[in-house]
Amino acid sequence: MLSSLGSAAGKSAKPSFVSYVTPEEIKSEKEPSRKEKHPDLLPGEVVFCSASTVLKYTQDDLSQRGVFGALLCTNFRVSFVSDEAPTEEMVRTAVTLNNGQFDRSLHRYEDKKKLITGGLVKNKYPSKIIIHCKDLRVFQFSLTFAKEEDAKKIFQGIVHHCLEPKSLRCLFAFSYCENTSYPEGIGNDSTLCFSPPEVQRKKQTVMFDSVEDWTQDMKRTKGNCRVVSENSNFELSPKLPQLFIVPTNVSDEDLTKYQGKGLPMWCWSHHSGCGLFKTASIPLVQEDNVFCRMLTAVAHNHLYSVKTEDLSDTLPTVQDIQLSYNKFKQFFLIDNTTEFWMSDMKWFSSLDNCGWLDIIRQCLQKAVEVVECLEKENTNVLIMGKDQLFEEGCILFDKGWPHILCPDILFDIYIFFTLLENVCPTMTLVTEVNSPYQPVPYTLYPHTPSLTVCLSWQAESPYTQRGPLNCLTVWDWSVQFDCKAQDLFTNPLYTEKPKQDTSVRKSYRPKHLRQLSLPSSAFKTPPKKGFFKDEADNLKKILGVKRLSRWMLSPSSDSPQTSSSVREFYEAWQTKPLDYHGLLLPCLDGPSIRVWMQRYLRWIHDVQILGGGPVAVLSKISEILGEVQELQRELDRYGCTLTSNHKGARPRAKTAAVIAARSSVRLSSSFPFVTSRNWSFKPAIPTSLLQSLMVTGMAGNLANREDDGGDPESLV
Amino acid sequence: MEKQLFGGVAGGESTAQPGVPNRNIKPRTLATSGSKQDSVETLDSPTGSHVEWCKQLIAATISSQISSVPADTASGDCKPPRDGTKQVQTDEVPLVPGEAIKAVAKDVMYICPFTGLVTGTLTSTNYKLYFISLERDTPFILDVNLGAISRLETISVQSHGENTRGMEIVCKDMRSPRFAYKEDASQPEIVEVLAKHTFPLSNDLPLFAFLYKEEFPVDGWKVYDPMAEYKRQGLPNESWTISKMNSNYEVCDTYPALVVIPTSIEDDDLKRVVAFRARHRIPVLSWIHPESQATIVRSSQPLVGPSDRRCKEDERYLQTIMDANAQSHKLTIFDARQSSMADNNKAKDGGYESESFYPNVELNFLEIPNIHVMRESLRKLKEVVYPSIDEAHWHSAVDQTHWLEYIRLLLTGAVRIADKLESGKTSVMVHCSDGWDRTTQLTSLAMLMLDSHYRTLRGFQVLLEKEWISFGHKFAARVGHGDENHANSERSPLFIQFIDCVWQMNRQFPAAFEFNELFLITILDHLYSCLFGTFLYDSEQERVAKEVQTKTVSLWSYINSQPEDFTNPFYVDYEHHVLYPLASVRHLELWTGYYVRWNPRMRPQMPVHQNLKELLFLRAELQRKVEELEREASSSRGSLSSSSEHTSSPSHSGGTPLHTIV
Repeated sequence: MLSSLGSAAGKSAKPSFVSYVTPEEIKSEKEPSRKEKHPDLLPGEVVFCSASTVLKYTQDDLSQRGVFGALLCTNFRVSFVSDEAPTEEMVRTAVTLNNGQFDRSLHRYEDKKKLITGGLVKNKYPSKIIIHCKDLRVFQFSLTFAKEEDAKKIFQGIVHHCLEPKSLRCLFAFSYCENTSYPEGIGNDSTLCFSPPEVQRKKQTVMFDSVEDWTQDMKRTKGNCRVVSENSNFELSPKLPQLFIVPTNVSDEDLTKYQGKGLPMWCWSHHSGCGLFKTASIPLVQEDNVFCRMLTAVAHNHLYSVKTEDLSDTLPTVQDIQLSYNKFKQFFLIDNTTEFWMSDMKWFSSLDNCGWLDIIRQCLQKAVEVVECLEKENTNVLIMGKDQLFEEGCILFDKGWPHILCPDILFDIYIFFTLLENVCPTMTLVTEVNSPYQPVPYTLYPHTPSLTVCLSWQAESPYTQRGPLNCLTVWDWSVQFDCKAQDLFTNPLYTEKPKQDTSVRKSYRPKHLRQLSLPSSAFKTPPKKGFFKDEADNLKKILGVKRLSRWMLSPSSDSPQTSSSVREFYEAWQTKPLDYHGLLLPCLDGPSIRVWMQRYLRWIHDVQILGGGPVAVLSKISEILGEVQELQRELDRYGCTLTSNHKGARPRAKTAAVIAARSSVRLSSSFPFVTSRNWSFKPAIPTSLLQSLMVTGMAGNLANREDDGGDPESLV
Repeated sequence: MEKQLFGGVAGGESTAQPGVPNRNIKPRTLATSGSKQDSVETLDSPTGSHVEWCKQLIAATISSQISSVPADTASGDCKPPRDGTKQVQTDEVPLVPGEAIKAVAKDVMYICPFTGLVTGTLTSTNYKLYFISLERDTPFILDVNLGAISRLETISVQSHGENTRGMEIVCKDMRSPRFAYKEDASQPEIVEVLAKHTFPLSNDLPLFAFLYKEEFPVDGWKVYDPMAEYKRQGLPNESWTISKMNSNYEVCDTYPALVVIPTSIEDDDLKRVVAFRARHRIPVLSWIHPESQATIVRSSQPLVGPSDRRCKEDERYLQTIMDANAQSHKLTIFDARQSSMADNNKAKDGGYESESFYPNVELNFLEIPNIHVMRESLRKLKEVVYPSIDEAHWHSAVDQTHWLEYIRLLLTGAVRIADKLESGKTSVMVHCSDGWDRTTQLTSLAMLMLDSHYRTLRGFQVLLEKEWISFGHKFAARVGHGDENHANSERSPLFIQFIDCVWQMNRQFPAAFEFNELFLITILDHLYSCLFGTFLYDSEQERVAKEVQTKTVSLWSYINSQPEDFTNPFYVDYEHHVLYPLASVRHLELWTGYYVRWNPRMRPQMPVHQNLKELLFLRAELQRKVEELEREASSSRGSLSSSSEHTSSPSHSGGTPLHTIV
C-alpha cells in the first residue's frame, strides 16, 4: 500500500512548506450517547463534507493500525470522530483548521508523499492523507475504505477549504462572532470603533482599544507622554494603530505632515522617567529632518538622552527567521517512530544548524541591551525596525503580557519561551507577518494552543499586572476551556507583589545619574530646551555616518556574540538579590537557551515521559499549596492570620484540586495535551540497528583498545 | 532575609551547605567570585593552549608591575558573602579536623577566567589548596581539594628581569585554575609541597581519609548490610541462597564476601564455572523481582576463546538461573559491549555465550564503547565547557563530544533490561568484559528504574555500596586516587557517567527521587576528595585489608547527619512504579549544574527548590499553629471571652517565625 499509488509529480519527501493548518483546540467528544458522527459544532460552524469509514492511523510505526471513524471538514476544522468507544484516546483528536487568509496550509502527501499546495486536485484522491498542522501535530488518514465518492469529496473539500486562498471574511472568527452571543457582548468588529468600556471591563484583560486603557497604562508606569487619537479612523495612516502614544514634544504638525511616518511611539516608561519608544525605520535619505525632530522629541522625554536601536541592522530579517523556523519545525513533524529515532541521532547538530535558538538568543540579547540602557544608563531608547520586527519581543520583555494585546501588529506570531535555568522564563514574541492595521478581534486565535502553553507557564514570570483573562478575544479562555483547564494557566509558585515592598526596592536601586550616551561631551550638562535644534546638524552628520545604535556599544562588542557590556550587566544583576517584581534578566549563555519542549514535543508520542515531566513538580507544589491554603482557612476560623505575602495567600486551591485528582505518577510529560488513560508500560526503546549505526565509526581506534590495558595473565 | 536567601542558594547548588549547626567542616567549597572583569583578555583563551598560557602569564606579571590592580569599588557588583555578614575578613584558612597547613605563598595571582586577575595568598594543606584574596570588597576564595587534582604543571617565564612561575592545576572536576607568582628563593617551593600532598600514594604518604578526624552523629558504614538488603529483596528463597563461599575472597578477589547464587548448584560444578568466567566473576544475583521472581544477574565474560570452548557446568548454571523464574522459559543476556569488540575479545580468550550452546538463551549486544572512549569523551567535554563557552555552536560542540550519546546508550540499555524484567518477566544476565564497569552501570541503573527503594536517600546509598563498591568497581584505578600518573589508561569517568544518568532520570522524573542534585554533586566531589573512605580502593578485599571502615569516615556519615540538605522537596513516593526514562537525545541535557558550575554565569537564576522549601516550612508552621490553637481552644472551652483572648495572642507572634527562614 505504501508503494503503489504514487503519483508522478512526487517531489522530494521533505518539501519546503508554505504554511500550515492552524489547528485550534482539542475537542473531546465524550458522550457515549452520540450516535451521529458529528463533533460538537460551534455556533456558526457548518459541516461542508464528510466521509465515513476513514481509518486514522495510530502514530505507531509501520503497524498500519488505526481507528475507523468519520472525517469531517467544516468551515472551522477538520475533525475525526471515532466509531469506537469514546473512551478511546483517539476520539479526542479533532484537527481544527482556520481557513483564513494566511492558512492555505493543509498539507497532504499521497503515498509517494506528494505535497499538496492547493489548486491542483482534480478528480483524483489519494489513499492516504497526511496532515501537518501548524501546531506541529501530524495526522494520517487512510481513505481506502471510504466510499469513493465520499473520499473524493472530503479530500477536495479539505484541500479547498484549507489550502485555497480565501478572503479575510471567510475566517471562521467572523461566522463565529455572528452566531455567538455572550453576556459581555462578544466580538463583532468592535475594535474598529471605540466601544465604551463595559461594566465587567475592569476585570478583563486590558485591550488597549480605548484612550483610557492607554492613559491607564501610562500612569501605571508613570510615563509622561501624549495619547494620540487622531488616527481613530485611520486618517493619519492606515498603517498606524488607532491609538498610540507619542512624546509630548511631537507636535500636531509632525503627526500629519509625514502621514505618521517615523513617529516614535511610546511603549513603556522606566521608573526613572526614561522611556522606551518604537518606530518604523525611517527613510534616512529624504527625510533626515523628520528623524532628527523625532529623535529630539524622544530625547526631551527624559534628560535629553536617547539611544537608538536599529533592529534591521542587528537582528535577523523576517526571511531569516522564517527560513530558520521552517527548518526547525521539521524536527517535530514526525510521521512515525523510525523517523523519530533517526532524527534523534542528529538532534543537537540539527538544532545548531537551523539557527533557531540562536535567533532566540539574539532577540533576547537585544532586549537585554535595551533594558540595560533603560535600567543602567537611564536613557530613552528608540527602537527602529523596518518591519517592527522583534519589537514586540523587546516590549514584552519589559512590559509583561498586557502589551501583547496592543492591537497593532500582532498577526501571525510565533511564541517562544526559553526556560532559564529551569524556571525563569522569558517569553519572546517574534512577529512574523505584519499587518499593522488588521482589525480582527481574534488576533491570536489561530495559535490558541500554543498560547495556552505559554500562559500556563507564563505565570512563572512574575509580572505584576496580569489581569484575569476573560475578554472576548482569545483571552476569554472560557470560550475554549473550562475552569479546571484554566486553572492550569497559573503558576502555583507565583509570588504576588508585596505591598510595602516598593520603598525597599527603591532604596537599593542606585539612583545614580545617567551617563550621557551621546558622543558629544557638550551634552553632559543638561541643555536647555532648543539645544537639540542647535545641535541638530551636528547630530545629523553623526547619524549619517554611523547608525546610532553603534554609539552605545562598547568597543569590544563588535563580536556577534554576547557583547561584554551585556555580559557585565547580567553579572552585576546576578549578584544582586533576586527581586521577582523587579528586573529579570535571562541568561544568554549557550546551555541556558533551550528548546521549549512542552510546546514542540507535546504531540510526539515517542517522546512522552510517562509519570514524569514538569507536571510532576507542578502537582506536588499545588498539593502543598492546597494544604497551606486549607491550614490558612483553618487559622482564619480562629481569627488569626499569619502575615505573609507568600503565594499561599492566593486563592488557588482549585489548581491543587485539579492536579491532585490525578497523581503525577499517572500523568505524562505531555500533560495536559495528551492524557494517557490507557497507560502503557512499554518503554520507548530505540531500535538496536540505529544504535550500532550510531556508534560505529565515531569511537575510532580507542574503541578497539582493551579495557584494562591488557594483563592477559589474569584471564584464566 | 532575602539577601541571605539568595546567597545561600547561589552557593548552595555546589557548596557544602552553610548554616549547618556546630559544624565547621566544609568538605567542599566553591570559588566565590566577585564579578567585575578587570581583564577581558583572559576570558576567551582556551585551556591547554601553551602559547595562550604564556601570554596570560606575561600579562599577569605586567599588571602586577603597574602596582596595585585597580581596586574595584563597585560594591553592588559583589556577591554577598555566603555565610551572611558574620564572616570576618581574614585570610585564615578553615581547616577540617586532621588537616594541617603545609605551605603558604603570598602575592600569588590567580588568573580567573571569569573575573580576571586576583592577587592573594595561596595555602597548601594536606587536604586542599586554598587561595584567598582580600583585595576585593568581598573575600575571593578558591578552594580545590587536592584529591580532585589530576596533574600539576608549571612553566617559567622570564619577564622584566624576573622569573615568573606559572602553575596550572588540571582538575578531574572540569576546571583548571591557573596561578602566577614570582620565584622567590626564600619561600619554600609551593609546587613541590602541593605535588607531594596531591599525590600521597606516589610519595609514600597516606590518603587524607586516614588522617581525617571528624566525628559525625551517624555512622555511615552501617548504611549497607548485605544480609539486610538481600532480606529486603526476599532472599534467600527456595531457588537462591546467600553463599559464604567467597568469605575469604579466595574464590573471587573482586567480589564481595557474600554473594547470591542458585541453591541447587554443586560445589564441583561451581568450581568449573568459576574457572570459566573472566577473573572468576561468576554469575550472581543482583536483584530479584518481588512478583515475577525474574532476576538481574551479573557476571564477567565467559572464557570462550578463539576455539569456542564450552563449559557444560556454565551452561547448566545459566539454565538453573532461568529455571529459578517460573514465569519465563528464556534467559536474556545483555552483553554491554559492541559486538565487534566482543568478537575481538574472543581472540584474547574472552568472548560471549553462544546461543547454540546455551539453550533458551537470547544474546543482545548493547553496543556501548569501552572506558577509553568514555575518557576521551569527557576530555572533549571539558574543552567545551571550560573556561569559556562558544554559545553560537554550543549544541554542536556538545554533540561532538558524544557524551550525551553515551548517556543515551546507557539509559537505553538499562531501559531494555528493566523492560525485559518487568514486561517480559524474564531473567536477565548482564556482563561486559570483566563485569565491573559497564555491567555495574547497567545493573544499577536498571535497579533504580525497577525498585523505588533505591530512589530514596538511603536506598541510593545502598545501591552504590552494593552494586559499585562491593562488587569491585575499580574506583582507585578509574579515579586514580593519590596517584600522579595522570596518563594512566585505567582512568575513566564511568562512575560520573552513571551519576549523570541518574541526574538525567532525576530531571525526567523530578518528583520520583528523594535525593536532590546537591546530593549527586556531593557524591561526585567526594569521589575525588579522598576525605571519606567510601570510594577508596578497588575491591572489598582491599578495603578490609586497609581497615577502611575503622580508619576512615564514610561519606554517608556526613550525608546522613544532615539529610535535609540532600532531600528533594518535590519527592512523591512512586511506590512500585517502574520508571522508564526516555532515552531520546531530545530529553537529555548536559548537566550544567555539574560540568559548567565553575562558570559564575551558570548559577541558577531562580531558586524553585528554595521556594518550595519555604512553602513546606510555611505549611509546617501553619500546622503547628493550627494544632496549638486547637489545643488551646479545647482547653479553654466554654468561656467566650477567653477564647477571643486566645485568638489574638498567637496572631501577635504569628508573623515572627517566618522571618527566620534562611
